[in-house]
Amino acid sequence: MTMIAFPPVDMSVIDRRAEIADGLRRLIPGEAVITDLRELVAYETDAFTAYRRVPLAVVLPSTTAEVAEVMKFCARNRVPVVARGAGTSLCGGATPQEDAVVLGLAKMNKVLAVDYADRTATVQAGITNLAISAVVGERNFFYAPDPSSQLACTIGGNIAMNSGGAHCLKYGVTTNNLLGVTLVTLDGDVLELGGAALDPGGLDLVGLVCGSEGQLGIVTEAVVRILPLAEGARPVLFGFASSGAAGECVADIIAAGIVPVAMEFMDKPAIAICEAFAKAGYPLDAEALLIVEVEGSDEEMAATLARIVEIARRHDVRTIKESRSAMETAAIWKGRKSAFGATGRIADYICMDGTIPTGQLPHVLARIDAIVKGYGLRVANVFHAGDGNLHPLILYNVNDEAEAEKAERAGMDILKLCVDVGGCLTGEHGVGIEKRDLMRHQFSDADLEQQMRVRGVFDPGWLLNPAKVFPLDGRVTA
Amino acid sequence: MTLHCPASEVDVAALVVAARAAATPLALRGNATRSVAPPAAVDVLSTRALTGITLHEPAEMIVAARAGTPVAEVEATLAAKGQMLTFEPMDHRPLLGTDGEPTIGGVVALGVAGPRRLTAGGARDSLIGVRFVNGRGEIIKNGGRVMKNVTGLDLVKLMAGSRGRLGVLTEVTFKVLPRPPAAATLVFAGLDDARAVAALCAAMITPFEVSGAAHLPAGTGADHARTCLRLEGLPEQLAYRTGELARALAAFGTPTIVDGTAHAGLWRGIRDVEPLAEPRDRAIWRLSVPPSQGAATVAAIRAERPDIRVLYDWSGGLVWLSTADNADAGAAPIRAAARAVKGTATLIRATSATLATVAALDPPTPAVGKLLAGISRAFDPDGLFGSGPIAATA
Repeated sequence: MTMIAFPPVDMSVIDRRAEIADGLRRLIPGEAVITDLRELVAYETDAFTAYRRVPLAVVLPSTTAEVAEVMKFCARNRVPVVARGAGTSLCGGATPQEDAVVLGLAKMNKVLAVDYADRTATVQAGITNLAISAVVGERNFFYAPDPSSQLACTIGGNIAMNSGGAHCLKYGVTTNNLLGVTLVTLDGDVLELGGAALDPGGLDLVGLVCGSEGQLGIVTEAVVRILPLAEGARPVLFGFASSGAAGECVADIIAAGIVPVAMEFMDKPAIAICEAFAKAGYPLDAEALLIVEVEGSDEEMAATLARIVEIARRHDVRTIKESRSAMETAAIWKGRKSAFGATGRIADYICMDGTIPTGQLPHVLARIDAIVKGYGLRVANVFHAGDGNLHPLILYNVNDEAEAEKAERAGMDILKLCVDVGGCLTGEHGVGIEKRDLMRHQFSDADLEQQMRVRGVFDPGWLLNPAKVFPLDGRVTA
Repeated sequence: MTLHCPASEVDVAALVVAARAAATPLALRGNATRSVAPPAAVDVLSTRALTGITLHEPAEMIVAARAGTPVAEVEATLAAKGQMLTFEPMDHRPLLGTDGEPTIGGVVALGVAGPRRLTAGGARDSLIGVRFVNGRGEIIKNGGRVMKNVTGLDLVKLMAGSRGRLGVLTEVTFKVLPRPPAAATLVFAGLDDARAVAALCAAMITPFEVSGAAHLPAGTGADHARTCLRLEGLPEQLAYRTGELARALAAFGTPTIVDGTAHAGLWRGIRDVEPLAEPRDRAIWRLSVPPSQGAATVAAIRAERPDIRVLYDWSGGLVWLSTADNADAGAAPIRAAARAVKGTATLIRATSATLATVAALDPPTPAVGKLLAGISRAFDPDGLFGSGPIAATA
């Protein structure tokens, strides 16, 4: 695909390739600096695979001090820096450019300290999301935000994108579970922001850094909230005759004062795709499926689920499957959790990520269907129903250039629709390069300039992940 | 000085533009219920006339209001639909002796929260959208009305706790929560501070979703010390959870259960720090520290300043401290003790003489200070909303 432009390559950087590589090797051990083309290709893209750029070099530092040295060097030599965790970004957040050094945090993957009394874990940024829960799981704790890529994605990447997940209706997203960061600035300053105390005082710099997509500095360590696991968790699966009925059921559950830990929605095409793959017993005749999960003791879950089932019955629910065992729970979730992989078996797809006010659900689903059909393509919808975060999967053939462009255009139309009904361009994946050129659909020039002025305090010369987030024209330079 | 009370966002912008052209600084206020300093010698812009709930969608769990809307009105609107603000904002009037109606914009600007901050997050966590006028007189929006939104740089977090230094908040949007239908508190009697904080931290690692964890030492509202753990939920949940939590904490004694009408009063008293309000001539500090370090921090301060009286919230992580308002009101030992555990100390109440010499907020490190100054300029290039360290009152 070629619709999204990159900033012009700085040839003065390319011309200094050898000199820059030598300079980096003087700062960190030689094997941690990659400049061989065959190895660099592994870093040319992330999970937004339609766009690829082979970077100038990749550095894999092992310490915060090494990161600081690299940052100072790149600032002095005016070399762009693209931070990278596991490269799972769906919006091109870690896509490099030819004149950039990719700063990979993969070697910094340790848990540094766990404090159960304060319910915090101090970790290095390159640790995977799930590895944190694996370590604190021995004491029945977990780290709550659970993006679908949690087996692979890093906490540093989660912080860059303020990642969410299926369970954030109850537990919040990354920013609500992040207490402190160690931030390395372009000047090479190492700042400890926040920590185990809840109110660090002054401006909320931790909150500003979270979701800043690698444009303010490099996060090398984080203090995250860990939580005691609930006594148990149990889902119920509902099949509805219409997406409207499912949407109303979600609204009534919340109106009844119940905040389930998760409420996941799938439309008919998504049900068919997932069932064909996972054989989870999903109702193929349903127009919409909801998975609602609650937590607590057995008695608590039974009581809460009884209330939820009663509400669902008021909305003409056709199928009710209440999990009665760990095996049934796993089956119910298997379909949903394999949605992206199962879709990938039948076609190439792009996964969108807008958020809408949940009251707009039936209208928006109908419009999405019409938009995608208008381009002659198909769409399947999976969606975090409690918070309005949509994930339409637009199916296309990646080898058909014309179809790929249609898919991309359909995606952009869907995101504009999300904004037009009162929502936003991205709920948890980030802007990256993917949604950069749509930012003016959501924000005024003054809104964007205000964000860019704050960004400019950290990076006045646009060296940090510069291709991303803000449209290439109209950029504010400090 | 002049008091400006613009009634619309456009009027706010016009006032700021005019003030900027005339190089006249503006001090930003809600209704000044959190202000302890005497009125500033500069013009004041109050948001008190920017009122009204602009959006409440109970099924989407969101509410939006203009910045000058009384907190009480927001809470009543939510309560009518069985909902509440997540962060239980405290009311500073009992502690500070101020009057007037606290505004929702003031709560955001100061990051005001209460006991539920421990588990449900603070104002910064539930605030999902803001509109404000920056120091250039531009109307800016950030965030929005949906609870999952990562579009662009998160200025919402900066505005929460910005103390009127970055811009004039005109409208704020929150995600909210259902009000739990039932609540009860386990009260353990007679624990000393260290033992009490250990009990609070032990409760927080259970799966029973404790929503308030406070310790009132002897002499703060009762003769004996009270260690309070609040549970909330469906009625059938509550019976189970009180029993289980009491069992898990058996080593700390046998608790009594407070519920019914006394329950709300107990937590309002903790939230508003009522036991330390009198005597009024004493200074009040607020310390935010790692919870497990709360009692040790207090012990370190007491060694140098035996007159202190304290109250613990947030599992020990929030310490309210009252001390004689003489000289620096204990700033040196109090700040040193907080700093030693990577915490902070804020001077909340003192005489104007003390406030003239003791900074309300901890000074930032030079590198962070440089960033804060830069961010301040990014919003307010001419320092219209104040210069120097970010002001303590709004």
